[in-house]
Amino acid sequence: MLYAFLCYNNENTVMSWSKAQDDAVMDKLSVVHEKLKAQGKLGPSLRLMPTTTATTLVKEKDLVLDGPYAETKEALLGLYILDLASLDEALAVARELGQANPGGAYEIRPIRLYNDDRLAAS
Amino acid sequence: MTDVGWIDAALTSARPQAVSALLRYFRDLDTAEEAYQEACLKALAAWPKNGPPRDPAAWLIFVGRNVAIDAKRRTAKQQALPEEDQLSDLEDVETNVVEKLDNADYRDDVLRLLFVCCHPDLPATQQVALALRIVSGLSVAQIARAFLVGEAAMEQRITRAKRRIADAGVPFETPSPADRAERLAAVAAMLYLVFNEGYSTVANEAQQRAPLSEEAIRLARVLLRLFPSEPEILGLTALMLLQHSRTGARFNADGELVLLEDQNRTLWNHDLIAEGLALIDKALRHRRPGPYQIQSAIAALHARAERWEDTDWPQIELLYAALERETPSPVVTLNRAVAVSKVRGAQAALDMIEPLADRLSTYFHFHGVRGAFLLELDRNDEAREAFNRAIALANSPAEAAHIRTHLDKLQANARAK
Repeated sequence: MLYAFLCYNNENTVMSWSKAQDDAVMDKLSVVHEKLKAQGKLGPSLRLMPTTTATTLVKEKDLVLDGPYAETKEALLGLYILDLASLDEALAVARELGQANPGGAYEIRPIRLYNDDRLAAS
Repeated sequence: MTDVGWIDAALTSARPQAVSALLRYFRDLDTAEEAYQEACLKALAAWPKNGPPRDPAAWLIFVGRNVAIDAKRRTAKQQALPEEDQLSDLEDVETNVVEKLDNADYRDDVLRLLFVCCHPDLPATQQVALALRIVSGLSVAQIARAFLVGEAAMEQRITRAKRRIADAGVPFETPSPADRAERLAAVAAMLYLVFNEGYSTVANEAQQRAPLSEEAIRLARVLLRLFPSEPEILGLTALMLLQHSRTGARFNADGELVLLEDQNRTLWNHDLIAEGLALIDKALRHRRPGPYQIQSAIAALHARAERWEDTDWPQIELLYAALERETPSPVVTLNRAVAVSKVRGAQAALDMIEPLADRLSTYFHFHGVRGAFLLELDRNDEAREAFNRAIALANSPAEAAHIRTHLDKLQANARAK
């Protein structure tokens, strides 16, 4: 089953990481990523720019707002797509990723429809 | 699982909110800072055991407030405290405080804390030092190192600045929209000062000072999260990101300054550029232009050009013309003239800057730029004279060295004839 891991963390804290701390987290994560990749389980993954770059369109009134849709203590900062056998496995992988990247939470959401359309003509 | 580095980052990131909320409670900067320090000590004891709280700032505010109130109670036992201040159960910290504090509360607190550092009586360097001490929480030693002065001198400077703002009084009333706009403008200017303190023209200094630029960007992002729709705060943050993106290309291996036109653009930080461009897009949507947005738009045109030759000079000239209208100054006109020289030639540019000669007679860049225009027009003797004046006014060896390359070229031209 395909899962999305929605990565939430306290953005102020993450943005206060020094370059060295950030690099250290990314290094530790890449070990887990490589392992998942070798097992054919890792799909696209992405890290979002800070929420300050976000713009939200409220569809009903065509209202354009600066900032993310949800003002939460932890912000959505990134996303993984993973191909995993079960929720048990998903939780195990999430724990392993969490060891490398402390703080916040992963929301594990099974994916219903996955269109793998590559960006055309880029 | 919770290593100390993570706690450090959490404490640093929570500091502006925590200290500013404590300042609102206690209305005294020293008390607020002490309360925050005490709360940090408790955090260092509690967080490794219990894990970090969901909202570190709320935790620190709550604990800091209790500690300071306990201390006050000890010194003034007779004074009864209001009921809501007697909460002491740390278990409920989050539910209690998180409910009470949302962005709107933090907003004016953080703005107030930044604003007290911008007191108009304080000279710019003191504003910057104070902000780094109070808002960022850098140690006096760290600030002294960044300013390249002794620790004792810096200590004195900060103490003096603190006394001055204590005498002036902190504005605690909730600001009116007009006041808020005024405060934001003052704070933006102060953050840009912090950023520019980190911007040196000497390589080894640049390394020492770079953390100041990074801190200014961090604070700008904090401010932007609290005021997400302020076009000038978007513009300021974008401007800093775009300028900072060039850090890796500003010096060559020998530590010499590399001018924008000669920089290796593959060394620019493209993550920062992308973020800056995204912020400018957002700012422009509001159609309320201002100096930071215009400057960031100029920086964006440089960032978008893959090579110096690809620079969109006509557009840059238009933007400088707009900046000239917003904030008229001979320096802006001088910058505009550089763009004019690319679009309409050196003669047009020279005509534009000649009227500035009196006001910019002691300004290094004026003579450097003027010399370059004259050189282009083959007026070599006048060019040499201008370059010699520029060298005499150079602010750094790098600037002087750059002018010397022009002089060498002049000499080579003369010999070739």
